[in-house]
Amino acid sequence: MQEFINWLQHPGLTHFLILSGLLFSLGLFAILSRRNAIMVLMGIELMLNAANINFVAFSRYVTATLDGHIVAVFVIILAAAEAAILLAIVLNIYQNFNTVNVDEINQLKD
Amino acid sequence: MDLYTIIFYIFALITLGAACIVVFSRNIVRAAFALLFAFFGVAGIYVFLLADFIAITQLLIYVGGILVLILFGVMLTSHQIHVDAKTGTVQTLPAVMIVAALAGTLIGIFWSTNWNVNPQLEIMDKTAPQIGELLLTKYLLPFEIASVVLLVALIGAAMIARREKKPKD
Repeated sequence: MQEFINWLQHPGLTHFLILSGLLFSLGLFAILSRRNAIMVLMGIELMLNAANINFVAFSRYVTATLDGHIVAVFVIILAAAEAAILLAIVLNIYQNFNTVNVDEINQLKD
Repeated sequence: MDLYTIIFYIFALITLGAACIVVFSRNIVRAAFALLFAFFGVAGIYVFLLADFIAITQLLIYVGGILVLILFGVMLTSHQIHVDAKTGTVQTLPAVMIVAALAGTLIGIFWSTNWNVNPQLEIMDKTAPQIGELLLTKYLLPFEIASVVLLVALIGAAMIARREKKPKD
């Protein structure tokens, strides 16, 4: 127990990894259980953030180079592109189906 | 317990609490605003990891760009904000089981692995110049490809979004 309290008091690599693991799980829960497509997008963004925390944490504590930062920058770039495309698709789906619930969008052609 | 530790836990709590609101809130507008605090907390975590450039990028792109896009999406796809802003959940029980198993596995792995932590860490201050140098030397090709991808995404998003609705007869 004393060891655990001592561990809590010194944030290190494991703390950041566990934080990112929890964030990743929350994002996955949003993707699996929410009906609204925009909520699914929010879950994806949470998962990308969790992955980024891992990259930067390993870059800080293990490799001591900046390669992890570069990967994080590319992940952020691709997240921006992905959000724009997904929003365009969602708006188009909303025009055609009048809903954005992913379980009601089950036709390729009307 | 020193100040560093306290501030770390404050940022971790902000991130996880806001993420919980995002995931469990029934109101999608509230979820979108909670996402703001989640991104902000993650930016604070980046500062703790001595990644100043990533933290600023996170604030600029996520909070300034992606969140605004998501809010646009929320506002444009709700019939009336007070009627349809609530969103349901499906398959909650299987999702809870899968996510609990995943979280337990991840935390167990993170906890039990003996990570190869570098003992002599030089303090990286001012990461932006080195990141810029790496982007133009070692990572030049991915950098250029990313610019093309952004252009394609821009044109594609505009093309998909502005298609007119065909009149139904």
